[in-house]
Amino acid sequence: MIEKTEAQKRTESLLLAGLKSRRARERRFVWLGRGAIAIALFFLATLFISIGTKGIPGFFQYYVTLEVSLDRDRLDPAGDLSDQSFFDGEAKKLVNEAIYAELGVTGRKPKKAARSLLSNGSDVRLVEFVKENPQLLNSAHRVKLALDDDADSYLRGFISKDTPEKLRRINDQQIAFLEALQEKGLITREISDYLFFGSASRNAEMAGIKGAFFGSMLTLFICFIIAFPLGVATAIYLEVFAPKNKFTEIIEVNINNLAAVPSVVFGILGLAIFINLFGMPRSVPLVGGIVLALMTLPTIIISSRASLRAVPPSIRDGALGIGASEMQATFHHVIPLAIPGMLTGSIIGMAQALGETAPLLMIGMVAFIVDIPNSVLDPGTVLPVQIFMWADFAERMFIQKTSSAIIILLAFLIVMNGVAIFIRRKLERRW
Amino acid sequence: MAPNNTAATSQIDPVVVCKNVNIFYGDKQAINDISLDIMPKTITAFIGPSGCGKSTFLRTLNRMNDTIDGCRVEGEILIDDTNIYHPDIDVVPLRARVGMVFQKPNPFPKSIFDNVAYGPKIHGLARTNAELADIVENALRGSGLWDEVKDRLDQPGTGLSGGQQQRLCIARTIAVAPEIILMDEPCSALDPIATAKIEALMTDLAKDFTIIIVTHSMQQAARVSKKTAFFHLGDLIEYDSTETIFTNPADSKTQDYITGRFG
Repeated sequence: MIEKTEAQKRTESLLLAGLKSRRARERRFVWLGRGAIAIALFFLATLFISIGTKGIPGFFQYYVTLEVSLDRDRLDPAGDLSDQSFFDGEAKKLVNEAIYAELGVTGRKPKKAARSLLSNGSDVRLVEFVKENPQLLNSAHRVKLALDDDADSYLRGFISKDTPEKLRRINDQQIAFLEALQEKGLITREISDYLFFGSASRNAEMAGIKGAFFGSMLTLFICFIIAFPLGVATAIYLEVFAPKNKFTEIIEVNINNLAAVPSVVFGILGLAIFINLFGMPRSVPLVGGIVLALMTLPTIIISSRASLRAVPPSIRDGALGIGASEMQATFHHVIPLAIPGMLTGSIIGMAQALGETAPLLMIGMVAFIVDIPNSVLDPGTVLPVQIFMWADFAERMFIQKTSSAIIILLAFLIVMNGVAIFIRRKLERRW
Repeated sequence: MAPNNTAATSQIDPVVVCKNVNIFYGDKQAINDISLDIMPKTITAFIGPSGCGKSTFLRTLNRMNDTIDGCRVEGEILIDDTNIYHPDIDVVPLRARVGMVFQKPNPFPKSIFDNVAYGPKIHGLARTNAELADIVENALRGSGLWDEVKDRLDQPGTGLSGGQQQRLCIARTIAVAPEIILMDEPCSALDPIATAKIEALMTDLAKDFTIIIVTHSMQQAARVSKKTAFFHLGDLIEYDSTETIFTNPADSKTQDYITGRFG
């Protein structure tokens, strides 16, 4: 046994005395961390389950298949299949006659009850069907039409039969009609084509995200072509070429602060500068994209600078040491290594922009627009604003449509983030 | 091995002439009024304790210090009678003439071929691909790496061993055919075997190039260099033939340093 000095004995006894509590503190910290993750996962699961249970039924809706006589003289009086001709025609009457015939109703009141089971857009749907299949004109054909949202809500079980008739949005006779149609097997529950291919509508059963989707794409396109080149160029200049002085320091601080400015402020700026001062049109994806680009710029600049800074300076020194100019060293060696980080930052910035609502409200992209925007100068709306508007409507069916649209928006965000991860993995090089 | 140092230096003109060089980092002075001449096609070693300014001084010789904010150089550094700190001087041709090899091997994350071809490419030294391939082969032969990598020129330079990477960096530098090669502790990250290879290579290269090396290893300085400069706290204490520095130094500080009494 080797003789220990006083100091060694002291270390041993004191260390062992304190060891237990040190280890216990470590274990407590680990458990706290696990607890935090568990709570986060619980809330995430709650969110997904809540959106999923509400939203997935929203992808479906009820249709009724009716035999409609596609009488050419009545549908298309001018006979040229033009919009005007169909507008002058009697599509609505033909649809109504089809349901009267199917249910065998007569009399003013029962007829009204029967026809209001059908969606308001039935005539438009019929006209579209005929336009696609003009060879079916002058014959009777089975056409699938959407049910009105009240009938839809009843079939989903949101409206109870036990509720007094006066308090229901659907009367006893209509319930009887629906049951008759169900018995005949004419009512089907299918994936909602209106949700994907419909545009903004006050009628819940006809409302869809197509317009908002194209609005979002056009807005993001503008946002990307402005924010990405500008942001990356700014980052390269500030990181590599700019002299380090008071002025660039102020710019740097301001860029960092800009990232924390509430997005609605960018909306007010867009309204004041682009619309009021420059006289750009309201509600258009062009202005929306510019405003979102301003909002995304700091994110792109900050992440691009971080990824430029992460490139080891030895690579740049190596290039400079054999006579590369500052620009050659940057563009040949530093930027290729920084590109994965720059793209990741930019895509995350874009994903942020995709989910942004407040600044677009300020520039009028909240307007009720049925037409699908064909260019960046056509008025339009975007997905999150569409969700915001639907969440405001009272009809039962809009609650589900809102959740469905949220699912679609989330799916886009997941795809965009997935692309960011993929690019980073693919392009990342080690040195 | 050196026939007669002093006799040779008195006849041949120096390739680098430094006159009263002062270097500042912000307000702090790193180099105090140094004047020294570098002889062509010899190996000159800069030795001294950490923080003595030898690396700083080395990096001023091809203006790599320009990349450091707040670094200021006063005095004259003449290469071929041209002051490289004159405002009209472009650093690109300067750095092509005065190449640099760094402490940590820093090959580009590209293929071995592209690493060596990069310099000739940006300076437009090869008109055809065959010419470029020749330059690359010669540079790799010059750095003694050709036989080891000739079958895998398309593989990443970062996949080589540390010593090979450093020789690749030397090949990259000599591919541009510089006149002077600056080496900043080129062996400090390498094992003794790789170090020995680099030292042998330096002796070879000294036939064609002027080499200035900063090193912490006094044995290395003694082994490879013909002339040695001893720096201490930003001052040039002594500059003489390596033999004199290591056997009969004039200054007691040099004596203390080379015998390991401080540093």
